[in-house]
Amino acid sequence: MATLELEIDTAALSPVRRSRRAGMLFWLAIGWLATIAIVSIFAGVLLSHGPFDMDMLERRAPPSLSHWLGTDSLGRDELARLIHGARISLTVGLCAPMIGIAIGGGLGILAGYFRGRFETLVVGAMDVLLAFPPLVFALAVTAYLGQSLLYLTCILGVLGIPAFMRVARAATLSLAEREFVVAARALGASHARILLHELLPNVFLPLLAFFLLGVAVTIVVEGALSFLGLGVPPPVPSWGSMIGEGRESLEIAPRLAFIPAAAMFLTVLSFNLIGDTLRALTDPRQGAL
Amino acid sequence: MLSFIGHRLLYLVPVLLAVSLLTFLIASLLPGDLAYVILGDQATPETVAALRRDLGLDRPVWWRYLSWLGHVLQGDFGRSFRTGQTVLQAVAERLPVSIELMLLAEIIGLAIGVPLAIVCAVKAGGAFDRFMTGTAFAMLSVPPFLSAILLIYLFAVELRWLPATGYVPFEEDPLGNLRCLVLPALTLAFAEWPGIMRVLRSDMIATLQEDYIAMAKAKGLKPARILFVHALKPSSLTLVTITGINIGRLIGGTLIVETIFALPGIGRLLVGALYSRDLIILQGVVLFVAAGFVVMNFIVDLLYAVLDPRIRHGHA
Repeated sequence: MATLELEIDTAALSPVRRSRRAGMLFWLAIGWLATIAIVSIFAGVLLSHGPFDMDMLERRAPPSLSHWLGTDSLGRDELARLIHGARISLTVGLCAPMIGIAIGGGLGILAGYFRGRFETLVVGAMDVLLAFPPLVFALAVTAYLGQSLLYLTCILGVLGIPAFMRVARAATLSLAEREFVVAARALGASHARILLHELLPNVFLPLLAFFLLGVAVTIVVEGALSFLGLGVPPPVPSWGSMIGEGRESLEIAPRLAFIPAAAMFLTVLSFNLIGDTLRALTDPRQGAL
Repeated sequence: MLSFIGHRLLYLVPVLLAVSLLTFLIASLLPGDLAYVILGDQATPETVAALRRDLGLDRPVWWRYLSWLGHVLQGDFGRSFRTGQTVLQAVAERLPVSIELMLLAEIIGLAIGVPLAIVCAVKAGGAFDRFMTGTAFAMLSVPPFLSAILLIYLFAVELRWLPATGYVPFEEDPLGNLRCLVLPALTLAFAEWPGIMRVLRSDMIATLQEDYIAMAKAKGLKPARILFVHALKPSSLTLVTITGINIGRLIGGTLIVETIFALPGIGRLLVGALYSRDLIILQGVVLFVAAGFVVMNFIVDLLYAVLDPRIRHGHA
């Protein structure tokens, strides 16, 4: 009876067939991210203007041949700032979750495998970290540490630890009792061997899917901090700070806020799309969500 | 049930203690000497040393933490050295604004998310469902400060229907107060409804397969009644869960939205304290917000236990 009900449920939960359009969106997302990555790596070669070059005679100039996206309120080339902003967003967005996946993922696997007091301690510590609304925590620490790219990355990385820990622990808990782990243990494999060779490869995929969602969240939080003027210190451009500056001239040149906003939206959406697709692949139960 | 509450309460104490310790450590171990912040760059070493003695900054960290905690437990969170206002006064003054904003946002979010979820669940897989599911997914990638800019541009700059910034107290002018809060609340609601809709939709699709829904249909009840009363009731648990998960994001969003729209709430108090390096207000508000967040999660846990999960789909 129970199995019958379960079958009905899964059938009901996934009424939307994965159409071919979702696949195309997935590749579009990868294409967009690849473009952004390549352009920001080769920014120095590709751009004729620097992100700090001011031209007071050309303030808020509309798009032209020399300034493809126009200039901002200090006469700086908008395209150059957009691309250099992408560097910041991508650097923070990729590095911070790496801290999270390394520390959180490691703790989660250990906690899920060894259980006992260690698990209680880790889960408790994460609960404390989770007790702070992320943005509040980030703001408070930034206030004392000061604003720099390194600190920002570390803070956002620490904030990601609890989530990665939970994903890794949940995955490990369900894997640790599986036959291949029991078999390895029966064969006399050491803890280190079981952790590295049996558990890690299996926990890695759900962690990777979560990593991409983490990148999206990090880019948003970095954007919010920079928007408030508390991210990377000016004049270094970041999408968040560009949107914040563009807000001041919303009545005269709304373009200055909307261009970086669109870039951020597309990037975050791309990471979400790719992460969600991977998550659906690794966790078929939630495919319909 | 009582033992469950007791158990959770016992767990709450160490978490709150650890939260207070972490808040304190952020404020005291990280660089930035309070005495220098108060006195400014021109201070002589003697005056700094004297103030450090007055503030107890020359004592060991554990002593300062215990004395601070003692004061906090007696309701004394400290006093701003810039405005002279106590942390509690400042929080009490601004809390109603933030709560009103969050409630409005949650109501609008539910008002958009729940009906959409129901309509989508009824015709799951249809054109409208696919369109809305896609829209909700895209909306999840729009952080509050992006939607705030869009809304300000549309309603304040182009149409000039609503004010972009400013605040009128509710007691003075209820309608003006609402006018000021519409855009901020909408901004936050835009971040809330996609999550509500997505989870509720898949929940509803499962519920609509249940026998008792077929029974209600057979009895000839009106479809609207079946959908909004019979089918929605088991999903109340899901709604509580989503709301609980989203509180942290909502608080963060409120912080940004209050700053953008110049609303005198807790978030703006915090950001203002950051800009002016008013460390005592900052410490107090962070502790207050974190403690409030922990307590809210505790309440969500309790609600969760009240709405026993086993009543949901007949099988756990």
